[in-house]
Amino acid sequence: MSEPAYIVKGLTKVYGEGHSAVHALRGVDLEIPRGEIVVLLGPSGSGKSTLLNILGGLDRSTGGTASFGRTDLGALSDRELTRYRRDHIGFVFQFYNLMPSLTARENVELVTEIARDPMSPEEALDLVGLSERVDHFPAQLSGGEQQRVAIARAVAKQPDVLFCDEPTGALDSKTGRAVLRVLQRLNERLGTTVLIVTHAAATAGMADRVLNFADGAIREVTENTEKLDASEIVW
Amino acid sequence: MSPLTHKLLRDLWRMKGQALAIAMVIATGVMLLVMMTGLVNSLEETRTTYYERYRLADVFAPVARAPNLALADLAEIPGVSAVEGRVNGATLIDIEGRSVPVQAQAVSLPDFGSPALNDIYLNDGRMLDSDRSDEILLLESFARAHGLDPGDTLEATMNGARREFRIVGLAQSPEFIFTTAPGELVPDDARFGVIWMSYSALAAAYDMDGAFNEALLGLGRGADEEAVLAEVDRQLAPYGALGAYGLEDQLSNLFITQEIESLAATNQSVPPIFLAVAAFLLNIVIGRMVEAEREEIGLMKAFGYTDWEVGAHYFRMVLAIAAGGALLGCLFGVASGRAMVGVYTQFYKFPFLIFDLDATSFVIGVAVSIAAASAGGVLVLRRVFALTPSEAMRPPAPADYSRSGRFGRSIARLLDQPTRMVLRRITRQPLRMAGAVVGIALGMALSASTITIYAGFTRTIDLTFSVVDRSDVTVSFTHAVSDKTILELQRRPGVIRVEPVRDVPVVMRNGLEEHRGAITGMVQEASLSRALDAGGAAIPIRSDGLVVSQTLADILDLAPGDSVTVDVREGRQPILDLPVVALAESLLGAPAYMDMAALNRVLKEPGRVSGAYLLIDDGQSEEIYTWLKGLPAVAGVSLKSEARDAFVRLLNSGAGWSRFIIGALAYIITFGIVYNAARIAYAERARDLASLRVIGFSKGEAAYVLLGELAAVVIVALPLGTLLGYYVAVLMASAFSTEVYQVPAIFDLATYGSAALVVIAAAVTSGLLVKRDLDRADLVEALKTRE
Repeated sequence: MSEPAYIVKGLTKVYGEGHSAVHALRGVDLEIPRGEIVVLLGPSGSGKSTLLNILGGLDRSTGGTASFGRTDLGALSDRELTRYRRDHIGFVFQFYNLMPSLTARENVELVTEIARDPMSPEEALDLVGLSERVDHFPAQLSGGEQQRVAIARAVAKQPDVLFCDEPTGALDSKTGRAVLRVLQRLNERLGTTVLIVTHAAATAGMADRVLNFADGAIREVTENTEKLDASEIVW
Repeated sequence: MSPLTHKLLRDLWRMKGQALAIAMVIATGVMLLVMMTGLVNSLEETRTTYYERYRLADVFAPVARAPNLALADLAEIPGVSAVEGRVNGATLIDIEGRSVPVQAQAVSLPDFGSPALNDIYLNDGRMLDSDRSDEILLLESFARAHGLDPGDTLEATMNGARREFRIVGLAQSPEFIFTTAPGELVPDDARFGVIWMSYSALAAAYDMDGAFNEALLGLGRGADEEAVLAEVDRQLAPYGALGAYGLEDQLSNLFITQEIESLAATNQSVPPIFLAVAAFLLNIVIGRMVEAEREEIGLMKAFGYTDWEVGAHYFRMVLAIAAGGALLGCLFGVASGRAMVGVYTQFYKFPFLIFDLDATSFVIGVAVSIAAASAGGVLVLRRVFALTPSEAMRPPAPADYSRSGRFGRSIARLLDQPTRMVLRRITRQPLRMAGAVVGIALGMALSASTITIYAGFTRTIDLTFSVVDRSDVTVSFTHAVSDKTILELQRRPGVIRVEPVRDVPVVMRNGLEEHRGAITGMVQEASLSRALDAGGAAIPIRSDGLVVSQTLADILDLAPGDSVTVDVREGRQPILDLPVVALAESLLGAPAYMDMAALNRVLKEPGRVSGAYLLIDDGQSEEIYTWLKGLPAVAGVSLKSEARDAFVRLLNSGAGWSRFIIGALAYIITFGIVYNAARIAYAERARDLASLRVIGFSKGEAAYVLLGELAAVVIVALPLGTLLGYYVAVLMASAFSTEVYQVPAIFDLATYGSAALVVIAAAVTSGLLVKRDLDRADLVEALKTRE
């Protein structure tokens, strides 16, 4: 097995202080191999999004270490974290977070303009099956289409890791399946490591590895020997 | 407390920066309103009371020499309630250490008892002892300016004789609140004195025993002043009447009246601008808030709150800010009004002050700000009403930019995505952007016009003292003397150039318009004192008619080619019809010029001069002043440097101070607008900006998307502000101008450059404040919040 994408040791995250302190992560140890699809499951407040945010360079841990390759994320300055996100990470959000003032193509270009080695915006949109609607503004697209633009935007830079926080949370199941299929295809074709945070337990079927969160810690790690195709997932 | 009230208070606290910025703009408008109204009222009230308490005359009738018996007839004129005859004399005072003599007016007081009219207020010392002819009272402000006190002695030349007097007291009078040397327009405490002496002593000095040379008349209620003036002139005509005039033409009163009017004009023009801007800001800010709180609004409606209840909640917020600002403004207004009234009392030399805060100004201030704010709030209510519960509970669809314009390939290649975001946002909400542009432009206009006014004041000074009058010294004679005196001046060593002048007091009429002033006779090739056209070029003086200053032309509604009736108040007192041949620019007074020889011809007084402009050798100035002081014909010597100083002082005090305040206020308004625009832009785009940061944009790149829009708005606002500024400046200049001085609205690059800098500075400050928040923003939180 190749070098892991992430190595996490004793990671803790505390919000607030004293009596009102909330322990979002209570010492997490974890290795995420490259090229895997990892699904993070667990109830609200169990710590899965917190871990995602720290690994994605959006937030900082309170204790422990999280390393991307040989880089300790905790040691990076704000500027270096920005660089890290820009060069290595793609994000997909529950509410898409597209720029309403830019067309689908322009939303993707937003990223390709600043990335080191991007694919063309057309190619990225083609990957998510939206080559017909490149000149539409977000307001003219359905929810599923908007999410696919968001995914195209995230993968266009050819990131090492794709972080998806509830990517299907705002979508109906049919559209959701289509979106998951896109993620799966990307993983297969580009070898991108994909981390998906979700409430939908059924999504676990398509993962290489499933992390079950409870109370700020990983309760169980399951490795799937047989992965389902996203189209087979039902919820 | 109801939960909605809790919410109201918390919301206000959350938006305290913006609420404060808006409240300050409102407070400023109300403060100005309350302060200026209070000031104008206090000054008017104090002036009226001062006049009444010291029985200031309603009619002044100068005459060459009339017997005291004539007073009885004057008292018989219908409408006349009191009559007083007195002696007035021009004198020169010698002040130790000054080689230039100071002009003064000697005024008689009755030997026994106080005068029926024009009483005085004794500040210090005691009243005159009529048995002692060397005792005088001195005008308090003049004494203070020269460090003179009761007990000091003073040398003065009266009617050609030099005498020593003892100061026994210092006094003030409503007649001499402002003192102006003859032939000058700008009041100056130090350069014109008033001496009061007993009638017997002064009459002896001026050969006026049993006679008077000025009659004062008090009028009863409902008296017909015009009729009285005509009758007084008729009765005094045999004694050499120089023309009676009413209080409204009395110099000191004229000056105070104009100052108060100028204050009142400022009061009417400036506060409304502030209130309009505040209304605009409130509308934008609360509107934005309703947009952000659509979920809460939907929730409240779903719970069963009516449209009106929900609307009232947001309306209360508008009212809270407006009322808070207005009350703050009232407090500031009272405080600054009190402070300013103190300053004004000193400036106007009132012996007492009636501070009169007009309660209606509070009511108007609060009512107008609430009305202005409500106008902004009504639009907000419409939006609240329009939201249905279900619609409000759904997150809004992404804003539709599909009609905001696409960019052609060629342009698109030049624009990166962040720039496209900036441009699309601007084109998507053109009205909102236009509002911000107009608001900022208004702020800039206010600041540009204020600086313009400041530059205008400076130009008035420059033009008057460097371009129009290029002499060093002005000499005035006791009366129109033979032009041989000019030769005498020319022969004096150290005198480089002499230019004679003939000033003739006149009343000019055109139809119903009338103006008391003078015609200035000048030599053809005048170079020391000149008439200039609007472009600053010298206008040749004409012998076939009058060159009239623009100010005078405005007062009398004259144009070149018109004819003006000139009622000469000197010598034979002819009434002439003179044509207006040209217009001249003048910023000081309202002069009219004519060729001196021609003027003397129509007066049938050839070879007469009343004064002269001198250019002298600096090295010999002291000797020349001393020599001038000794010349019997010389009534006064005025140095241009001193006249200039007096003018600068005048412009810096009185109504002139308000330009400083308005300047500061312009900064407040600009900052209020730009800061609010920046805050709103930030609030609306917090999530977009956080997304950009997450995708990997640096703080600077994300800030560009936010502040680029602000920069574009500011850049568009600058030229508009320049244009508006010019028009506001024209309005303000006419509000500031009085008959005594005109303030031109000039357009120069430096002025508008500084105003633009004010706007840019305000924009940069607000940009930095918002960027600070942007830098601190928690990316995770920002992404969780749904728009």
